[in-house]
Amino acid sequence: MERKTKVDAENGKQEIRITREFDLPVELLFRAHAEPEIVEQWMGTKVLKFETRKYGGYQFESSDAQGNVVFKANGTIHEFVPNQKITRTFEMENAPFGVQLEFLEFEKITDETSQLKMQSVFRSVELRDQLLKLPFAQGINFAHDRLEEIAGKLR
Amino acid sequence: MNLRRDVFQAIADPTRRAILVLVASQSMTAGAIAANFDTARPTVSKHLQILTECQLLEQKQTGREIYYSLNPKKMKEIADFIEPFRKMWDDRFNKLEAVMKKYKAKK
Repeated sequence: MERKTKVDAENGKQEIRITREFDLPVELLFRAHAEPEIVEQWMGTKVLKFETRKYGGYQFESSDAQGNVVFKANGTIHEFVPNQKITRTFEMENAPFGVQLEFLEFEKITDETSQLKMQSVFRSVELRDQLLKLPFAQGINFAHDRLEEIAGKLR
Repeated sequence: MNLRRDVFQAIADPTRRAILVLVASQSMTAGAIAANFDTARPTVSKHLQILTECQLLEQKQTGREIYYSLNPKKMKEIADFIEPFRKMWDDRFNKLEAVMKKYKAKK
């Protein structure tokens, strides 16, 4: 399968750049970032607050099957220019990564295709590296759980 | 237990990750490696054994000493820390694309 999403995290830099081309007109790509009901669907989180304008704020929250809150995030909008760009802060609550500054740029490629460029700036290189390793660490735990499960069956 | 040891099990342990970092720059004897940890020597030996079994470490005999070094080929399997992060965003964006295509069809 083709790798559509590109992630650049240069060594020693406190930023992550994510680039992705979509098989969608830029208007639809932008709408997916502007309407809370749509954001909920692809981000897999509940949207508590979503003010898509300068000085506005947003809040996400996810719960597990038992109703415990497992993820909370919030931020403030600095720029919101339809079909062009969003500048906002992002903070995962109860997590050690601090606040990030995010620049989202939407570009039309053809009438039916578009590109999103996301730049996330962290307070330090260390915080960035910690966040990058997060899904990796979860992957390890997952592999570990599965291993224990298999081991349990063998016993 | 006869479970085949895999690299992800090996690096799930913080001491073993620290050992890999240590020998990344130079090959070292078990004694020199153990000197870097507060843990008992047999514990470090056990870690070395696990890392060797899953081929993250290579042993080389030089005179009476056994030197441990990193196996770059095996390390490559886990070297790309970014891949799971990239995969996470790729999955999200694939979903975004699918959701919006349905949206488009409805219109």
